[in-house]
Amino acid sequence: MGSTNSTLLKIPNVEVLMQETGFSPAHIIRLHDRFKALDKEGRGHLCPHDFGAIKELAMNPIGDRIIGAFFSPGKETVDFHTFVKILAHFRPVDKDRPKEPNSPEPINSRSNKLKFAFQLYDQDKDGKISRDELLQVLRAMLGMQVTDEQLESIADRTIQEADLDRDDTISFEEFRKACKHKRFTMFRFCIRPGERKLMLTLCHWSSELQDQHEL
Amino acid sequence: MGPFMSPFNNLLCMLLGISFTVWFTLLLVFIIVPAIFGLSFGIRSLYMKMLLKVFKWATVRMERGAKEKNHLLYKPYSLNGIIAKEPTSLEEELKEIRRNGSSQDLDGSASLTTGPSPSSSEFEMSDTFYFCRRGIESIVDDEVTKRFTAEELDSWNLLTRSNYNFNHISTRLTVLWGLGVVIRYGFLLPLRLTLAITGVSLLVVFTTMIGFLPNGRVKNFLSEKVHLMCYRICVRALTAIITYHHSENKPKNGGICVANHTSPIDIIILASDGCYAMVGQIHGGLMGLIQKSMVKACPHIWFERSEVKDRHLVAKRLSDHVKDKSKLPILIFPEGTCINNTSVMMFKKGSFEIGSTVYPVAIKYDPRFGDAFWNSSKFGMVNYLLRMMSSWAIVCSVWYLPPMSRQEGEDAVQFANRVKAAIARQGGLVDLLCVNTNVEANEK
Repeated sequence: MGSTNSTLLKIPNVEVLMQETGFSPAHIIRLHDRFKALDKEGRGHLCPHDFGAIKELAMNPIGDRIIGAFFSPGKETVDFHTFVKILAHFRPVDKDRPKEPNSPEPINSRSNKLKFAFQLYDQDKDGKISRDELLQVLRAMLGMQVTDEQLESIADRTIQEADLDRDDTISFEEFRKACKHKRFTMFRFCIRPGERKLMLTLCHWSSELQDQHEL
Repeated sequence: MGPFMSPFNNLLCMLLGISFTVWFTLLLVFIIVPAIFGLSFGIRSLYMKMLLKVFKWATVRMERGAKEKNHLLYKPYSLNGIIAKEPTSLEEELKEIRRNGSSQDLDGSASLTTGPSPSSSEFEMSDTFYFCRRGIESIVDDEVTKRFTAEELDSWNLLTRSNYNFNHISTRLTVLWGLGVVIRYGFLLPLRLTLAITGVSLLVVFTTMIGFLPNGRVKNFLSEKVHLMCYRICVRALTAIITYHHSENKPKNGGICVANHTSPIDIIILASDGCYAMVGQIHGGLMGLIQKSMVKACPHIWFERSEVKDRHLVAKRLSDHVKDKSKLPILIFPEGTCINNTSVMMFKKGSFEIGSTVYPVAIKYDPRFGDAFWNSSKFGMVNYLLRMMSSWAIVCSVWYLPPMSRQEGEDAVQFANRVKAAIARQGGLVDLLCVNTNVEANEK
């Protein structure tokens, strides 16, 4: 236990971090260990190519977008606090959170989760997903198997369904509505008992109708 | 008060005296004497079977209890949050998705448990969530980091230290756990400590005595017997239940024995079945005393701290030892750091350059009874030994693999990898061929 406390002490402003993100001390330590492991040169911050070294992420079709989400515009480095705050988006929603009128929305609220997902599409950060941006994502995910024409028709269909104000782009509100009726699990770290693995559900995100007021 | 106390005192003294005598006699008969002759009463296997039954019962109760009360049995995110891959790798999943890309399958409820919706005509905006999730998973954890935390279990063995995942524990189970604590700390721990102290002191005393004999067959014979006896006592001190496989491949003189390394106990486990020359750095204190007395009885290879840095000196001493066929086989752990017994990290090549026969040995611990993994960045040695001695038991299997030698045109690194693959395959361990940078960071 002694070593646990001493690791926490080394992290500056760790209490504020825990309060803002809702991670427990144990999680902070785990994330700190991971941060240090990724920061191979020990500089105390991460660069895009530190993320790029993760093999699975490199194979991921939207890997570079996910990496980009960690770096705010203009910044080339990510410190531990930002790292944790971004990952805090994926914590489960705190169902019993008291509704204080003046407190800021928690990072892992449904709305913020959706915002994170939205920015994966909206690379130029103008608040709207243009047809081009949608096409880029489609191309990355569906790749060579699908022809360009098919891709274009999928994009058209998607915009048609989601775009309610007919401006040929998808705003955040329209995105939110498009994702509303779906039940989906955003993160599940699966480990099955028979193979000595554990189930760790980091975020279960179900947007049933009765939970709409959260959004 | 006076006259009342003295008969009582006498009685107390008598009782204490008797219980001590009984205790030590039992100890001697059931543990030390068999250790000397290498026999076994089978008590430990019986103990092991009984424990397994209790653990199974405990887990079933927890599952039943959780179902009744509708609680989550597994914690939503546990302390060590180990993350493993999905059943399918990202590559396979991607291929699957793209293969279905031009089909007309529909499924309105997208991305339930596995990938995004397979159909191109029904692409959903939320399909990116699946890839986002896999991406974040890989940022938070990947194969290499996982190897350094303790392996997590799906049934609880009544040790709080292994309880990472279980939420719901009924009162009956808590009582059982409490009983377990009493047994382990009140009965087993003192017993084991006594044995450990006996074993170590016998080792020091006898090896020093043997040191006075002139070099020759008698000395070697006696030293072998003494070493074996003391290691066997230490094995019983840990309640280690070891199964040896393929003993016909046991290392012979003039060879190098190479094994995967999970904990400092590995040495005791191997040395209780055969005689080896140990290699290591001279420590101060108790360890140093043990090392000095061991080397009087038979030649071990101990290096001063300054000599360890000089690789040529190390290599020369090792090869000199190996060339002398009358000397015992050397025991080396090439990994150089403790891995959590699910994989075999890259072997360092130094030991493979010496050019003699290598006898690989795979050691695999059964984590159900007590986790033998030593996370040296978290726990010190004394802490670790106490944890070991207060676990239920250490159960492990040792496989002696057929000897291997370096072939023509194979360099040390390739040879090392070949040996490592053989060990990993035998022990059912995952063979991790990766750059050692993370290991360096975690090195003790």
